[in-house]
Amino acid sequence: MTVSVAEAFQAARGEGRAAIIAYLPAGFPDRASSIRLIRAMIDAGVDMVEVGVPYSDPVMDGPVICRAAEIALEAGATTADALEVVRACSDTPAAMLTMSYWNLIEAYGPERFAADLAAAGGAGTITPDLTPEEGQQWIADSDSKQLAHVFLAAPSSGDSRLQLVADSSAGFVYAASLMGVTGVRSAVGGTAEELVSRLRQVTDTPVAVGLGVSTAKQASEVAAFADGVIVGSAFVKRILEAPDIDAAEGSVAELAGELVAASHRQ
Amino acid sequence: MGGMTSQPAVSDKFGDYGGRFVPEALMHALDELAAEFDAAINDPGYVATLNDLMVNYVGRPSPLTEARRFAAQCGGATVLLKREDLNHTGSHKINNVLGQLLLTKRMGKKRVIAETGAGQHGVATATAAALMGIECTVYMGEEDTRRQALNVARMKILGAEVVAVTAGTRTLKDAINEAMRDWVTNVDDTHYVLGTVTGPAPFPRVVRHFQSIIGQEAREQVLRRYERLPDAVLACVGGGSNAMGLFSGFVDDPDVQLYGFEAGGRGIASGEHSARFSGGTPGVLHGARTYILQDEFGQTRPSYSISAGLDYPGVGPEHAWLHDTGRANYEPINDEEAMTAFRLLSRTEGIIPAIETAHGIAGAMRVGQRLGPDAVLLVNLSGRGDKDVDTAAAYFGLIDDAAAAEL
Repeated sequence: MTVSVAEAFQAARGEGRAAIIAYLPAGFPDRASSIRLIRAMIDAGVDMVEVGVPYSDPVMDGPVICRAAEIALEAGATTADALEVVRACSDTPAAMLTMSYWNLIEAYGPERFAADLAAAGGAGTITPDLTPEEGQQWIADSDSKQLAHVFLAAPSSGDSRLQLVADSSAGFVYAASLMGVTGVRSAVGGTAEELVSRLRQVTDTPVAVGLGVSTAKQASEVAAFADGVIVGSAFVKRILEAPDIDAAEGSVAELAGELVAASHRQ
Repeated sequence: MGGMTSQPAVSDKFGDYGGRFVPEALMHALDELAAEFDAAINDPGYVATLNDLMVNYVGRPSPLTEARRFAAQCGGATVLLKREDLNHTGSHKINNVLGQLLLTKRMGKKRVIAETGAGQHGVATATAAALMGIECTVYMGEEDTRRQALNVARMKILGAEVVAVTAGTRTLKDAINEAMRDWVTNVDDTHYVLGTVTGPAPFPRVVRHFQSIIGQEAREQVLRRYERLPDAVLACVGGGSNAMGLFSGFVDDPDVQLYGFEAGGRGIASGEHSARFSGGTPGVLHGARTYILQDEFGQTRPSYSISAGLDYPGVGPEHAWLHDTGRANYEPINDEEAMTAFRLLSRTEGIIPAIETAHGIAGAMRVGQRLGPDAVLLVNLSGRGDKDVDTAAAYFGLIDDAAAAEL
């Protein structure tokens, strides 16, 4: 069973809630463990998973995800491992996406990456450092395999850029809740709600909010106005702090459960 | 203007190279920078202010020195040194920084950030920020803060905050990563003063423009004094701003050969080098498509050079294009060749070059031997070597460990 992004949103909507989208780097802390941890999140109810491809120069990531990428790379993680993690979780009810800095896809070969991701049961890709201007061929490569291609919108994006980002995205638009890099923040400000509202005026494509969302309370706030809630650093932080992999599994499952419970709209 | 060698001044693509591979959050700031830059360089007031600073603060035009004794090491060719080392702050970096700091003020931003490898760009940025009353933070790899301790102290004296970056390889690449993270977070009130001709558009053409004064002056100076153009112009290439500045004056002269010298480190075969054109492949790093050092998966491979300023796995996208079109030649110079040239220039001309610059000096020795005594070589003496005295003293065993510890 391979679940598309649209099906995942539909399922969450059917339960009266926003979709919970969890991020974890492939191969962190090692490949087998990352599969186990992701399956635990899915068992706890997350609707979609972004499998990160660890990269040597992650300029959009704060210290927590940078540390996880370093650990994964030291353990030998590759782009192929990320595709293998997707394949290993493609029998679950969650839509499986990859999240990759562009050079890794370029080195793998964009057309080949799209083909292999589709073959692995993947639903699409988020590209944090690829803008629509540079991404036209990638859009075509993804479309040819019916894969979602998710571009980012930022609070600093002007109206014409929001239109471009929305028109270029398939599956959902990733709305960055704030100006900054990934990481746990104490509060998600009104910036995110305003950005989502501006995106609503230019598109019917679902909008998911990420960057800084880490707690059930924040997820609940975001679920009130967005179609999806993206949580990454909070999961990674729990794994980094866990004494062993069993504890890490319990800890991420606990957070996933809390986030899903908080995703119901009042 | 030859079709193969010229690009429109406003082009942000150099063939397939360049472009913008950045988080969406930065797109607005890059658009704003491009618009402000295009307006500023057509604004007589801006141009006059910058020119005044170049003359009365930097000390331009920089002299052209004929290196008569050193020429014997270069096959007897005529060797002309463009003396960017005599600029205020000791390198070509100030040319770009003053232009960008004036843009920062025009954009109404109150803070600048910069990356630095050897510390020359950091010092120049700290200097211009002090001059204009702008807050300044410089990111520098921890390894480089050790190699270039003198420049760290200079930046702090000038009032800048210096952040030692402990991520990754702890060198220039990681300093740029950290600067980009800062910029994404603080872009509202902060300008990123990128120090070289790479990064996302419009930086490559902005930095080239501000450095093109090197090539303009040098071309006039050579023509006036020697009544001919040089046979070859030569420069070291890290990111490639001093080279691009010099090349830009001659790129449309088809009979003038362009040579860029990358850091060959311990030799290409050793894998420990920073020679993107000898040991790299096209890819995307720090916002631009260009030649980079990477493994088969697209992970950046660590670069190495004895010189912190050349120790970088990427190169300016216009250099990638000049390489592919064959307009410019790029060759590696290893540590040993650079240090030999460093000592030779010091002892024959009384000029201690930066170790970065010494790679270009070594290249002149190589090209001079090839072209022979009738050739005229123009070399960019991009920076002075005061900052490298510790490294050189250790390399040549000039002081014992106890004396070094007391320095």
